[in-house]
Order: sequence, then structure tokens, then C-alpha cells
Amino acid sequence: MKKTISGWGRYPEVEARIEELWPGQGADFAAEEGEPAGIARGLGRSYGDSALARTVYSILPRDRLLDFNAGDGTVRCEAGVSLDELLEIFVPRGWFLPVTPGTKQVTVGGAIASDVHGKNHHGEGCFSEYVSELQLMGPGGEVLTCSRQENSELFRATCGGMGLTGIILEAEFKLKEITSSYFDVLTLKASNLEESFRLFEEYGHWPYSVAWLDCLARGDKLGRSLLMVGKNREDGRFDYSDSALATVPFDLPGRLLNKGTISLFNSTYYHRVMGRQKSSVQDINGFFYPLDSIRHWNRMYGKEGFLQYQFVLPKRNSFEGLREILQEISRAGKGSFLSVLKLMGPENENFLSFPMEGYTLSLDFKVEPGIFELLDRLDRRVAEMGGRIYLTKDARMSPEIFEQGYTKLKRFREVRRRYSMNGVFESKQSRRLGI
Amino acid sequence: MHLLVLGGNSDIGREIAREFARREGASFTLASRNLEELDKNASDLSIRCGVETETAFFDARETDSHKDFYRGLERKPDGIVLAFGYNGEQQRAERDPGEQRKILETNFLGAASILRIAADDFATREKEETDSMKPFIIALSSVAGERGRKKNYTYGSAKAGLTAYLSGLRQRLSPKGIRVITVKPGFVDTKMTRGMDLPGPLVLSPEKVARKCYRAWRKGRDVTYVTWYWRAIITVVKGIPERLFKRMDI
Repeated sequence: MKKTISGWGRYPEVEARIEELWPGQGADFAAEEGEPAGIARGLGRSYGDSALARTVYSILPRDRLLDFNAGDGTVRCEAGVSLDELLEIFVPRGWFLPVTPGTKQVTVGGAIASDVHGKNHHGEGCFSEYVSELQLMGPGGEVLTCSRQENSELFRATCGGMGLTGIILEAEFKLKEITSSYFDVLTLKASNLEESFRLFEEYGHWPYSVAWLDCLARGDKLGRSLLMVGKNREDGRFDYSDSALATVPFDLPGRLLNKGTISLFNSTYYHRVMGRQKSSVQDINGFFYPLDSIRHWNRMYGKEGFLQYQFVLPKRNSFEGLREILQEISRAGKGSFLSVLKLMGPENENFLSFPMEGYTLSLDFKVEPGIFELLDRLDRRVAEMGGRIYLTKDARMSPEIFEQGYTKLKRFREVRRRYSMNGVFESKQSRRLGI
Repeated sequence: MHLLVLGGNSDIGREIAREFARREGASFTLASRNLEELDKNASDLSIRCGVETETAFFDARETDSHKDFYRGLERKPDGIVLAFGYNGEQQRAERDPGEQRKILETNFLGAASILRIAADDFATREKEETDSMKPFIIALSSVAGERGRKKNYTYGSAKAGLTAYLSGLRQRLSPKGIRVITVKPGFVDTKMTRGMDLPGPLVLSPEKVARKCYRAWRKGRDVTYVTWYWRAIITVVKGIPERLFKRMDI
């Protein structure tokens, strides 16, 4: 079946043939007639074009749990199982995801291919670090077991490899034991960027931290934020319930989100914390997945869609770099509705994994005149400062910037060559970046 | 409650199992031909719903093996779900006797064979055994069996046979309080219909069929068409006089 699909940012869109990969069904990707290139697709939550191609292979039909060790929390499942399902099944039993992105609507395959990170990267790293093994289907339909011991180069290429090393069919990973499904949360007010950074460092011993940043604040308020730090409670309550509180039922007019309205929202949101800090108790959905409670929130940007821009800067440049970038955005008159700042720990050994020790900022921008030029300018600064852009959010970065940021790219390309994957597993993104 | 799901790899079979696992905490024997897939489905059911599952090899067409199959079950079932089927290709069945045989054997003869054995077991259980929990059969027939159409009468005739068999079985076992529930869905989005060009809005999901099966069991229903609109469609289709019907293209 042919369908128009896009990433979560709804930009760009392509018409693709969707092939569902049913269990028990082999495949020979290299032999596909006409247009051989395709890419695996899960729940389509990457923002740009990493899961777009002429043919996309949906792994959603492979959604079974295969094994669970209640002693140490090891799960083995097919790649189409979503994090949402895992939470529903395992939180009541006292287990949580060791690492989770800001949405639970991603598949295990997607979590590995993007090597997702969360609010605890500074202490606990990426999702792949909890994966012990995976089953990967290659160009000829052959299935390979990959781990740190077996086919290890392929393993390091696949984790964070954006689907470009084949189709992840199954994975084995460890869940994290929790003492409650509730978290103690402290919300702290930082009046500027310097204070934001200081608080991150001061509260760095809290396992979970994230700052919502007002990217439109100027002058001495530049970089003001609300920092939220959290830790697991120990009350032995494991209730878990989920309900979407609201939905955006149709596209809102693109004009609705503009500098004026965003600025107003930012001010209101920042001032909701009356004093210097506020303590609260939040459940898993409230603390980890606030956006999931609004279905189709991506419609807020209208039909044209939006661009998610996430970069990381090494620690030595983070403060100056962020200050510069925030000033540049402000100067350009652009605003991001959701600006999220996180502290990151050291990079891992995967070839295309995004995180590095430093600070990462995520921004949303409406697709409108001037935005591409602004982001290109920001890219150059990020690259010059030794940082890089997150592929899972990217829809428009240039090959040069990409190569500058990802220093292990050569090894990644070697693996693709060795396993004859070029021309077989390709996405719109991989073609754009010349991987 | 322990259920035997015949057609344990089928989409509808899987969903019915999930329904009963979640709502009744039932344990299961999943039976089918592909044991590798069956193991995965059993694991999934077991982990997802926290229930015990086991697997068994079952081939609907190998009717000679059915007696040993049933006797060899580790746990005697309290309920049986019949969820296996083969739609086949109507046009191929018209030219190829093997295809016609496969359709008729899988959907009717195979079903009748295992139902006879199960009914025999249920009917001869001691009253005390059955008092606490009346055994039951939930069988998936189809609206295709309500009237033969040129587009799928081979499959339709097998289902028609199954529907009549279930009806008779229901009457026979009813005095003992043993229930036979006939479920007649219209188009369902499953492995069996993948690749078929079905009219979107009318197509049911396996989950919906499963929910209806559970509800029919809970509420003491004998026959269900799953949705009111399918029941309406069938009523209309059945009412068309033959001299008109034979000239139609539906």
C-alpha cells in the first residue's frame, strides 16, 4: 500500500510504499524489484526524515514479548513492542525502563536505532547500554545475532544507526527495578543561564534532571529556566494508569504559534513557580511523558509542520555556546515553544550515538521563511565548538556539518560496506547526509 | 479456567485468548501447526497477561490425528475456542480440486472432527465436574456461510456447514447446560484476509471480535454477528429473492 508519511514534525512528507514485516516471513531486500532502497519504521516518532524512504518496512506486526526474567528484569521481545506496552505490563510488577525518551510511543527497535536518551543520561547513559543482544535482519534476509561479544562492530553500528544496518527484529535488554511508580520532584527557578547551569551542577546527584528554558528571554534574563529534578520514591506503590487528557483534533492555523503567543506562554509558565522552588510528587506519566497526554500535539504547528532542532555542546563550550545561540535565535525573531535543556554524560562507543559530555538543548521551530538559514548558522557554530546535531530530530542538516560532528562516521561506513548494506537500507536522511 | 485455543496462531484466536486472560485469568493450551510461532505467541500471552500457557501441535486437516491430539492434552479444557480457518482463493478452487478440498477440509471437516471429539468429552463429564463451571465452545464461523456468493462460495459452503453443525450441537448439549456459541463476523483484518481488497469502514478488528466473543459468553448469547450493521447487512442479503440474487454481482 502506498501512503503519504512523514516524521513527527510533519516535515518533510513523502509518498511511500509500506510493507509490513509479519513474523515467520522472510525477506530479501536486495532483490526487491525497481527501487531497492528502504528503511525500517516503527511508530514514526522521529521528527525528520530518518524513517522515510520509497519503501518502509513496518516492524509493528512483530510485537510479542518472548521472555522475562523476574529475577533480574531481563526482557526479550520483538522490536515492534512499544515502550508504552512495556510500562503497562511491567510497572505494576516493579520494573521501569532504564532509559526513556520523552515519549513512550516509540518501539524497542526505534529506541535502539536512535540510541535514545532521557533525563538521566548524566548518570545512566543511553538505552543501548542496557541492551545485551539483538537480532538483525540483513540485506538478503539473513538474521544475525549482535552483541558486544558477537558481531560487535555491527552491534555498535546498529545502536544509534538509524536503521541503516538492517531491520532489528528482536532485542534483549534489562529493565530497572523501582521502589515506586511515583517520583519526588523538585522544581527550581533559575533567573538566567548562569544560574541554570549552576543548579544543574548542584543537583547533578539527582538521577533525573531536565530544564524547561525560556528561549525568548533577553538581556539579564537570557536562559532563565525551570529546572526539574526527580528521584524515585520508596512508598511501594506501583499503580500505573494512563489516559490522554486532551487531543488536538485537527491542524491549528500555523499563525497561532508565533513570537507573541510563545512569549506569553513562556512568561506564564516560568512564573507558575511562585517561590524559589517547589516540591511535588508526580507519577511516571506526569514526570516522564507530559506531552504524551496531549495526543497529536504536533498539530499545534499547523499543516506546514515544524522542525525540531537538538544539539549537544561539549562541556568546555556549553555555557558560552548556549548563550551565543540563544542570542542568535532571539535576534532572528524566532521562538521555540518547547525548549528543553539537559545535562549529558560521556559518549558511548556506538558509532553514530548522539550524546557527549556537556549540555543539550532541544528546540521546536515552525517551518517558515528564514528558519533554514538560521539553523544553518547555528549548525556552523555547533560544529565549530565540537558539538553535533541529533539525527532523530534532524530534517535539514548538511552532510558537511554531519561529518564534522560524528567522528566515528568512517567506521560506520565501513560496516555498511562490509555487510553490503549500501543501496539496500537507505532513508531520505541517509541520502541527504551522504552516509 | 483452562481454555484450548484451536488456531492458536490466528489473530482472532490470540485476541480471544488475551480477553479471557485479562478478564478471567484463564490459562491456555494454544494449538496450531507452526510450533515456532506458537511458542512465541504463548510466551507473549504468558508474560503480557501473567497466565500459564502451553502449546500443542494441531492440524485441522489431519482428522485421524484428532483423537490422539485431544487425549494427549495435559489439561482437559473447560472451554474450547475454534479459531482456525482457511479462506483460500475462490477462483483457484474452481479449477483446482486440491484447493477446494483444502478449503472444505480445514473449515468444515476438520472443525466437525474436533468438535465431535470435544462434544463427546464434554457430554460425558460427571455432573459434579461441570457444575462449578459449565464447559463451553466458542466457534468462529462467518457471515459467508449465510448465503453462497460466487465470490466465495467454497469457503462460504464450508462455513454454512459449520454453522449448521454448531446449531445441532447446541441443541444436543443444551440440556446439560453446555454452551455452544456461534460467532459470525463479517470482514476482519487478519492474516487470513491480508492482501484482500476489503471495504474499509466495514472491516472489523480482531480485538473487536474477541471482545464480542467474551461478552457473548458472559451474557449467555448463542449466536452473534459481532456488530449491528453486519447483522443488518446479512438480514438484507438473506432476504433477496433467489431469482434476483442469482443475477447480482455481490
